[in-house]
Amino acid sequence: MSRSSGAAVLFAALGDATRLSLLRRLSVDGPLSITRLSEGTGVTRQAITKHLNTLGHVGLVRHARRGREQVWELERRRLQKARAYLDQVAAQWDAAALRLKAFVEEQG
Amino acid sequence: MSTDRIEKRIVLRAPRSRVWRAISDAKEFATWFRITLDGAFAEGRTVRGRVTSPGHEHLKVEMQVERIEPERYFSYRWHPYAKDPAMDYSAEPMTLVEFTLEEAEGGGTALTIVESGFDRIPLARRAEAFRMNTDGWGGQIKNLERYVA
Repeated sequence: MSRSSGAAVLFAALGDATRLSLLRRLSVDGPLSITRLSEGTGVTRQAITKHLNTLGHVGLVRHARRGREQVWELERRRLQKARAYLDQVAAQWDAAALRLKAFVEEQG
Repeated sequence: MSTDRIEKRIVLRAPRSRVWRAISDAKEFATWFRITLDGAFAEGRTVRGRVTSPGHEHLKVEMQVERIEPERYFSYRWHPYAKDPAMDYSAEPMTLVEFTLEEAEGGGTALTIVESGFDRIPLARRAEAFRMNTDGWGGQIKNLERYVA
């Protein structure tokens, strides 16, 4: 299964629990300020900023201005690349369907 | 291309009654799906179990049976990426899995499997599942090809 280096970089950026939880927050709650993103995480604003920059570097999130506030938001188009997930689920179903086929055809 | 659903269609060289049993009988389903299940399928019932394929035994399965129309249609809901045993997925949206059986032209049974509702699953969860799965599936499919060949 060969994947583009773009995808490798993308998923490397995703390979961190704090960054995944940041994406989850932005996915569920929409654009948020650093202050909001830091709340209740036990992680410093500085560290959160660093993680957001990592995600921003691969194009998963971006800065935006909401009124007078700086917020971060998901770059949904980039995340669409994570659509490759569907290919995986599809591959799992292919495998399951083949097992079912063998099961009903061989065991009668 | 839809990001919300997956559709698979396969023709099985077996009568519809046989395929129906393999799908609707929880014991038979568990065998080919490679999981354990703690009870029979019934509409509105939740059936639980574990994955039995090697290396994945720590994973739990929970199927909420939705609709059963004998020899024609079977559906359930589940959490498609419940890969982390330490995580509580119960508050997250589920996908719907539907099996539809028809007579195939020239004999046998045409089976359509649809899983839908992925767009409601948080993006980060999908990406996470992708990362966790990347190593496993390629090899598993190759094993299967050898097995059914």
